[in-house]
Amino acid sequence: MSDDLFVSAAAGKPTAGKPAATGPAGKPGAPGPAPGAPDPAAGIRTAARVAETSEGAQELLVRPATPPGELRRELGAVLRLPEGGVLDPGDIDVERRDDETMIINMGPQHPSTHGVLRLMLELDGETVLRTKPVIGYLHTGMEKTGEELTYVQGTTNVTRMDYLSPLNNELVFCLATEALLDIELPPRAVWIRMLMSELQRVSSHLMWMATNGMDLGSTSMMIYGFREREMVLSFFEKATGLRMNNNYIRPGGVAADLPDGWEDDVEVICETVLARTYEYDELLTGQPIFRERTEGIGNLTAEEALALSATGPILRSTGVPWDLRRTMPYLAYDQVDFDVIVGTYGDNFDRYSVRLNEIRESIRIIRQVAERMPPGDYRVQDRKVTPPPRARIDESMEALIHHFKVFTEGFRVPEGEVYVAIESPRGELGCELVSDGTSKPYRMHIRGPSFVNLQTVPLLLRGGLIADAVAVVSSVDPVMGEVDR
Amino acid sequence: MGLEDLQHNFLTGRVEDLVRWARRHSVWPATFGLACCAIEMMSVGAADYDISRLGMEVFRASPRQADLMIVAGRVSQKMAPVLRQVYDQMMEPKWVISMGVCASTGGMFNNYAIVQGVDQIVPVDVYAPGCPPSPETLLHAILTLHEKIRTGAITRRPAARAAAEQTSGWVPELPDAVRVATPR
Repeated sequence: MSDDLFVSAAAGKPTAGKPAATGPAGKPGAPGPAPGAPDPAAGIRTAARVAETSEGAQELLVRPATPPGELRRELGAVLRLPEGGVLDPGDIDVERRDDETMIINMGPQHPSTHGVLRLMLELDGETVLRTKPVIGYLHTGMEKTGEELTYVQGTTNVTRMDYLSPLNNELVFCLATEALLDIELPPRAVWIRMLMSELQRVSSHLMWMATNGMDLGSTSMMIYGFREREMVLSFFEKATGLRMNNNYIRPGGVAADLPDGWEDDVEVICETVLARTYEYDELLTGQPIFRERTEGIGNLTAEEALALSATGPILRSTGVPWDLRRTMPYLAYDQVDFDVIVGTYGDNFDRYSVRLNEIRESIRIIRQVAERMPPGDYRVQDRKVTPPPRARIDESMEALIHHFKVFTEGFRVPEGEVYVAIESPRGELGCELVSDGTSKPYRMHIRGPSFVNLQTVPLLLRGGLIADAVAVVSSVDPVMGEVDR
Repeated sequence: MGLEDLQHNFLTGRVEDLVRWARRHSVWPATFGLACCAIEMMSVGAADYDISRLGMEVFRASPRQADLMIVAGRVSQKMAPVLRQVYDQMMEPKWVISMGVCASTGGMFNNYAIVQGVDQIVPVDVYAPGCPPSPETLLHAILTLHEKIRTGAITRRPAARAAAEQTSGWVPELPDAVRVATPR
């Protein structure tokens, strides 16, 4: 790594580092003060900052210092096709000279990176040549923490991963736990989960519409998106007690029954949001400026999307009808009517319209669920898995013991290994649980769709303008809590 | 000349009060979202809670134009130096709200990856509890900060001084550098 590269690489200061043409490569992260600097102490301070914030080889390096495979990946080549081939666009100029280009840094503190994503881009003028996403700025050690928590406590942990759709995280963890326990849920629990999961999809896509609109300069879309999202969140607050990170879906069912009058609340949400999606049509879909900014930007083919393991709206925007609710139904998705939305060109506009139409499809599902909600228990009546009702604790010694055991030791889960996947608003959200027979998972791994989708970014950005980079990253919809976990 | 000779209206007051009044009503936050709390911070900026009632809707992307850093979310060991750099780039006077339990104490993530309280890195003025704090909690924290600005000193605050002294001993050769308490 050269000295004069990546000076002040972090903290939202897009620093243009001229590629090292003259300076010899020195020790990484220990450059001396710049010659002729007025204050030598300032140079030392800058050097210390660079040393502290430098991520070494994780950053985008100059071309001579980059291994060939890495270079091709940064250039947007897809290297891992199933046949062992390489999808390598012919116009990649690997031999390009460095003194014509500039490496700039974006993030981790940047308003349009959707959290703490850091992108390093190599530019020729305004054209993006290479991209490298640097992740880990929100690494929380959740998978390790998950090994320290019982299955009852585990939902508290996983709900904080993808913080735009916490209920989906809880759902996949609970489905995995229940698969290990091999228990059958009462139908009402299943349908409540479906209702909450679809409401969560609506709120998550609304949030995406808001931030995507803001990234493209449509501030009114941001206000409108949040306005509708608040309606969903206030229903969540009524039903679960919290706006976000609900910890509502738990192993064995859900934490509480739906509140009185929930049908009315849900119908109001459906009616209002559905009507307003047509307002968005006027505001964005039919608007020439928005079309210009999104059509033909960030193109992805179905072949590339499959090779990069992209899922969710990104894969569907290329025309592949892959939706786990349809292809591998879980809960009761095989009993409701809905369409899988696909795009054609795989560009920013298709990703936008897939999400907009998915809001409408989710509302369609929510209405069916509200109509057909079965009566009965909202969780299994197995006292080894779910706690007894609060009122029983005062009457029954056994109930008190069960309550105490569930919330201290938890329940023991048979030995085994399971992988369960659901369709979260961002794609295939999977949970791999390994149990060693105790009340805590031996290993918990989450397949975060944002994490996998993020590897399409170098391909999407290559050859585009730097001004469109923000729009493309936004259309991928990464949630850094899920990427870094 | 006595005041009674003046032909126009006038007000009397102290410079401190005027400065505090002005500062209190235009605290511009930096867009510094980290995790879940950042979403609630954005909700506060949106229509339902409308932070512009407090003169704070101008979230500045550049820390050099911001007065307030709302540390919204868990701070990982990798993010800590970046956070300190953003704080250093902000102009005085500057304030910090630690939003949520993760930023305040590490919260439920008592592990290798998360800084156990952002006050190890920057001086914090107001702590907002909750996981995540509801928009009302954040608004309360903001109003508490306003009250603090209204009643506090207008010169350099002692808290900022103390933090610099606290960190200076750890890196003797570089007085201004700051090291995270739990080294990587």
